[in-house]
Amino acid sequence: MNTVTSIERVNNPRSGRMSTLSPVTGLPLVCWLEECRKESVDLVGGKCSSLGELINAGVRVPPGFALTTEGYRRFMADAGIEREVQSLLVGLDAQDMDALENTSSAIRTLIETQSFSTEIEDLVAESYRKLSVRSCVPAVQVAVRSSATAEDLPGASFAGQQDTYLWVRGTNEVLYNMRRCISSLYTGRAIAYRINQGYGDELVAISVGVQKMANSFTAGVMFTLHPTNGDRSVIVIDSNYGFGESVVSGEVTPDNFVVNKITLDIIERTISQKDIYYTVDTKTQESRKIEVPFERQKVQSLVDDEITELAWMGKQIEKHYGRPMDIEWAVDKDLPFGGNIFILQARPETVWSQKQQTVAKAGVSAMDYILSSMLEGKRMK
Amino acid sequence: MKFPNPHDFKTIPGTEGWERMYPYQYQFVTDDPERQEYEEKAFWFYDGLHYPEAIYPFDTIWDEAWYLGLSQYNNRIFQVPPVRGVDHRIINGYIYISPVPVMDPAEIGSRVPNFMERAGFYYKNWNELEAKWEVKMKALIKQIEDLPISRLPDLEDISVVTEGLGESKGYHLIKTYDDLINMGIQCWQYHFEFLNLGYAAYVFFLDFVQKLFPSAPLQRVTQMVAGIDVIMYRSDDELKKLAKKAIELGVDQAVTANKEWVDILAAMKALPKGEEWLTALEVARYPWFHVSTGTGWSHADKSWNDDLNIPMSGIATYIDHLKKGLEIERPMEKVRAERDRIIEEYRSLINTEEERKTFDDLLNTAKTVFPYVENHLFYVEHWFHTVFWKKMREVSAIMVEHKMINDVEDIWYMRRDEIKQALWDMVTAWATGVKPRGITVWPKEIDWRKGVMQKFQEWSPPPAIGTAPEVIQEPFTIVLWGVTNSSISDWAEVTESADPDSITTLKGFAGSPGIVEGKARVCRTADDIRQLQDGEILVAPTTSPSWAPAFAKIKAAITDVGGVMSHAAIVCREYGLPAVVGTGHGTKIIKTGMMLHVDGSSGVITIQR
Repeated sequence: MNTVTSIERVNNPRSGRMSTLSPVTGLPLVCWLEECRKESVDLVGGKCSSLGELINAGVRVPPGFALTTEGYRRFMADAGIEREVQSLLVGLDAQDMDALENTSSAIRTLIETQSFSTEIEDLVAESYRKLSVRSCVPAVQVAVRSSATAEDLPGASFAGQQDTYLWVRGTNEVLYNMRRCISSLYTGRAIAYRINQGYGDELVAISVGVQKMANSFTAGVMFTLHPTNGDRSVIVIDSNYGFGESVVSGEVTPDNFVVNKITLDIIERTISQKDIYYTVDTKTQESRKIEVPFERQKVQSLVDDEITELAWMGKQIEKHYGRPMDIEWAVDKDLPFGGNIFILQARPETVWSQKQQTVAKAGVSAMDYILSSMLEGKRMK
Repeated sequence: MKFPNPHDFKTIPGTEGWERMYPYQYQFVTDDPERQEYEEKAFWFYDGLHYPEAIYPFDTIWDEAWYLGLSQYNNRIFQVPPVRGVDHRIINGYIYISPVPVMDPAEIGSRVPNFMERAGFYYKNWNELEAKWEVKMKALIKQIEDLPISRLPDLEDISVVTEGLGESKGYHLIKTYDDLINMGIQCWQYHFEFLNLGYAAYVFFLDFVQKLFPSAPLQRVTQMVAGIDVIMYRSDDELKKLAKKAIELGVDQAVTANKEWVDILAAMKALPKGEEWLTALEVARYPWFHVSTGTGWSHADKSWNDDLNIPMSGIATYIDHLKKGLEIERPMEKVRAERDRIIEEYRSLINTEEERKTFDDLLNTAKTVFPYVENHLFYVEHWFHTVFWKKMREVSAIMVEHKMINDVEDIWYMRRDEIKQALWDMVTAWATGVKPRGITVWPKEIDWRKGVMQKFQEWSPPPAIGTAPEVIQEPFTIVLWGVTNSSISDWAEVTESADPDSITTLKGFAGSPGIVEGKARVCRTADDIRQLQDGEILVAPTTSPSWAPAFAKIKAAITDVGGVMSHAAIVCREYGLPAVVGTGHGTKIIKTGMMLHVDGSSGVITIQR
């Protein structure tokens, strides 16, 4: 991993000395996503490490940075609230819902009202500024997401790592929402879970990812095999205008493209009538469902060149992971063609990959195959 | 899907009695209930691949020859288990064919061991048998080339007496005609020796890959056997060599500055190095200019040797490209590299070792059969047929001399058995010294038949008639004619469309990948390709090797008939041009000058009206 220059030689207020990295662990407090790998889970959590892995596989992912688990620990230590948090948790009954919620609320407020140290604030502010520069805007809109070290914490789904705040803009907002992500470690359910499982809170760590929002003109999903027949020679893309939400949730029948994985030609295209899409409401900064203008409803939502590039990316991702993948993507409307397609998420495809499919009669000689096929004939339906 | 009932066709007014122009067994009948029922239940599709136009009475020779050839090999020699032969009928001069299935499962089962033994023998010994085939075929071609066709003399040569020959030129003419016909039929016996099995191996390789990868386009699978050297390209290669040679010798102007062969010849003769080039031309002409400008199935399909203007325009195109510094060689290295990449990528996506094993074995078999599947066309349809048509014209010239018919080209209006009868009439009258009866019969009959043929050519044959089947097992039907469920329904769609001028989308087979837009040029015959402009989209009934120079000019090709293994599809893949083949109606709906969007990957053509 590259040295994280931005956090070198920062002033450590506690020791009064200048230090590189963390004085205790030598780990970075903040790092860019491209500095993460799949081995970085301990440092940046599952979500950020997989995004880093994608970037390093040559896949275009919306740029961003992460507050590392080390940064999280420093925040807690600098704020001096660890003891207070612990004392609030002492003797808590995991079955007492009211007590859990009250405690959770108290801890979360405590965390969210603390300031980051100047050191971390400066690091985040600097990273956010650079991210804005990279995105060609004065203050970029970002998604702030918790990224839990899931592998170290079974049942991670209760750990609050689902927290995501979209359309965040400005350093202060970013810092505030980062704390909200951190505090999500102390939701009532997460606390109860840890008590029940006997996990000490000292084992718990969280990272927070800050990633440019893909201002998607079109978005959707892509499988690197045919979801209906498991054919591995194709890449199948579903797309609609706006955010991928409408496609993922199944609220619209998306446009559907089947692309030959080997040659990247589009071999099938189905243009559907798409009546709604999701876009950002600039006032509430939330995504909002609106109607697709009539004249655009039956128009292909991705141009052919984008389809080809997307399929190429899908092929690279599959190659990198060595297995069929299920991918979320977006085409950013702020950027010109050639650099506007982004991969938001990639995970292994599970349905077909678990089936062992074999073509009947496989393993036979050519002659036997010819005979048995002749006997079968070509069904005309 | 509804297709017309074969017995519902009305005779075109003015053609009453047309049936006598063709063999009687080709008629759909209503006076035999059993046959009528069979005909109605069968699925007949128009064989536009071989007969883009109504068939002339004489030309039914090849139809009968393959009717016999294909069916006997399927049914009596190899015993393809689930299918007998392919039956034939004719409506208004257009040939319809129908594969005949074996219905009884027990009978199918009893055919299996025979097929395994016999077909197995051929697959196993393919290369040796194919080498033997080439020897037989070349001997037969030599025999027909050497066949003398002599005029009837007033007085036989003295040698008949002094050598004690004991035979007259009259007898010779009848015998030679018989020999000519018999050689033609024999040639078609050879034609089918390997073809069914070749297609079967090919079809089921495609089929297996598509079972592994249901969405793999057929054209991509056929690319896995691309880049194999076949003699189909040889004629075109000769043109390229002659183009280079002309530039080398500095005589290229003689070709490019003149349009007609006679002028080119005169210009060449006036040049010091012209003779050297003409000698090279003569060497190339035999046999490589024996390529028909059509499918070779029609007497009207002239060969390059019959009309040197066609190869000359090809040479001129290549000279032009060479002078502009353009590459004229087919990009074979690229084609092969791409083929290997495609094979490797698909192969790596196969899930199991067993599947990979079958894939490899089928791919090897397909590669083994591929050269025959292509090469036989040159030997039979091009080389042999070219010589055959020439010999027939010599016979015809003798009939013209005796006033049996008015013109050499009139002979095609007669059935081959009628010609034999007429020759008997003519020869006995010659021997006897009287006027043959045919002089008053044939010119009149032929005049009437010309009118009938005219009306036939104006008629549009529906792509299919009868009842669409549930299953097709005949390998040819699938690969060669591209008869599949979707093609049949696409045909039905266009047939049902009220106004052909309102059609904006045409579907065919994705023959060769790529997307282009451009102007259409409809070429019905190889003669028309001289009008092709650089960058146009060729729209043709079908193409053949002699159309090769056209592919150096065009952006894409569209044909009415043919599957992914048809000539146009294969050549386009080798040249990297998009092709949509087997559109059914392309040449009827598309007009020269129309702007087209051709998607060779999906097989869709959009007409920008």
